[in-house]
Amino acid sequence: MSFGADSIYREIILEHYHHPKNRGVLDPADFSYQDVNPLCGDEVRIDVRVDGDRVSEVKFSGRGCAVSQASASILTEMVEGKTLAEVKAIGKDELLDEIGIPVSPARIKCALLGLKVLKAGVYGVDHAALIDEE
Amino acid sequence: MATTTSTARLDGAVVRQDFPILNQIEPEGRPSLVFLDSAASSQKPARVIDALSDYYRTSNANIHRGVYHLSELATGAYETARRTIARFINAASPRECIFVRGTTEGINLVAQTWGRANLQPGDLVVFTEMEHHSNLVPWQLIAEERGARLGYVPVLPDGRLDQERYAELLQQGPKLVAFTQVSNVLGTITPAKEMIAQAHAVGAITVLDGAQSVPHMPIDVQDLDCDFLAFSGHKMLAPMGSGVLYGKRHLLEAMPPYQAGGSMIRRVELTHTTWADLPAKFEAGTPAVADAIGLGVAIDYLNELGMERILEHEREILAYAVGRLTEIPGLTLFGPEDLADRGGVVSFALGDLHPHDIASILDSHNIAVRAGHHCAQPLMRALNVMATTRASFYVYNTTDDVDRLVEGLYDAYRTMNGQASPTLSAARSVATATSESEDHA
Repeated sequence: MSFGADSIYREIILEHYHHPKNRGVLDPADFSYQDVNPLCGDEVRIDVRVDGDRVSEVKFSGRGCAVSQASASILTEMVEGKTLAEVKAIGKDELLDEIGIPVSPARIKCALLGLKVLKAGVYGVDHAALIDEE
Repeated sequence: MATTTSTARLDGAVVRQDFPILNQIEPEGRPSLVFLDSAASSQKPARVIDALSDYYRTSNANIHRGVYHLSELATGAYETARRTIARFINAASPRECIFVRGTTEGINLVAQTWGRANLQPGDLVVFTEMEHHSNLVPWQLIAEERGARLGYVPVLPDGRLDQERYAELLQQGPKLVAFTQVSNVLGTITPAKEMIAQAHAVGAITVLDGAQSVPHMPIDVQDLDCDFLAFSGHKMLAPMGSGVLYGKRHLLEAMPPYQAGGSMIRRVELTHTTWADLPAKFEAGTPAVADAIGLGVAIDYLNELGMERILEHEREILAYAVGRLTEIPGLTLFGPEDLADRGGVVSFALGDLHPHDIASILDSHNIAVRAGHHCAQPLMRALNVMATTRASFYVYNTTDDVDRLVEGLYDAYRTMNGQASPTLSAARSVATATSESEDHA
């Protein structure tokens, strides 16, 4: 393709879409949170178990477009073994760098939904607004 | 002007020449734009764009105020547009046509004025499961404020309204019935005239959402006998910010004002005010004069194309689209099977692909469609889907646009599954074309 949004459908997104990492639920979990993208109804839930101050296990579930589900899968790989302080420090640029493919403005909310959910879980709901979706 | 006779079929390829945005030179390698989202907002012909520019260059002044030439020019053009609109929908008088920002504001106006003045605790307001949020949430708000009850007409699996349930709801004596004339998701054309007559038989007021009907078919409000009809200019070739609320005169006269301010008063004392006559009573403040004039120009253009021909044109494209889309393995169409019950809107699902992924890949082919819940979340739930992909057609579309859409869908399938869809040569040829263009990238 010579231009356009299909560039996001390169290997990393399709690989995680077809073969997601850490898909599932943890019950009980130390914290869980889920949210929807009101634009399209995409849903992501993330469950985390903590050992000491480190993430020992993380699972995501939900349904939606390839970008939202694959980026949630990528995110779970990023947070495994990290301390909660490190998880809190993950910014949107870090996740987008990990995805490694330009995400168009129309799809950025899809790509960041998992991170928004994770932050809401780790901080508590009120801090979800910390992730702005410019 | 693209068309000269009123009897020949509409040729979308010729009409398209009147729309600058559809004739832009694309960057090298990028295919021409296929615009299939007119149900969200239509494109504008050069004549409408020029009308805005001409107004600001030659006639701009506030209306109904200045005792000078420019103001008279502006006022004259604004009121001419109102008369054009009244004739277009066959209103008994231009005074029955209130300029608003669009369908949403028109419906909110009725809910906030007629609703607040007339709804009593326990009264029933009826709408349908396939309404756009703009014909649903305003009723929820006013019902909550007034203590009124809400009832809804379910959508049947085939995309039509459950008329038996409608009849049952009418037996409960609703005060107001609100429904769409054409579904923005399914394209379903509701039997508006019959439903309005049934509502009137039990003494209900009727509000018709014309956002998807007025741009696409001949409308006669006196024949329909609707009490209110709201529609948007921007979906019918006119500027954004233009729209109309039609209301029967005796109802509008009995209603309290919507917003208060300049233009809508007759006499203001410090503690009391009397209202201006229609339509000024409902047009507080300086209106979007240029946009209203643009709506009048858009209607002139639509009249030249002919609303019957437009309806016929969209039917032909819809029939072609339904035929081609049904060929695609794994594609599910939503909406009535009988195309006589359908406007030029087609919603579908392609296997388990998410509509946003489909729309993004179509965008890479410069094909614009809508993906999502279409501001109709209750309908999505009734269809048991999160979202759909929707293509909608208008005067400038052609069957070639449909062919491009179908090719793009095969590419979406191939891209998301890493293979060509089975059995069809079209899929293979699309896959080949795609790999060629990747070489160029």
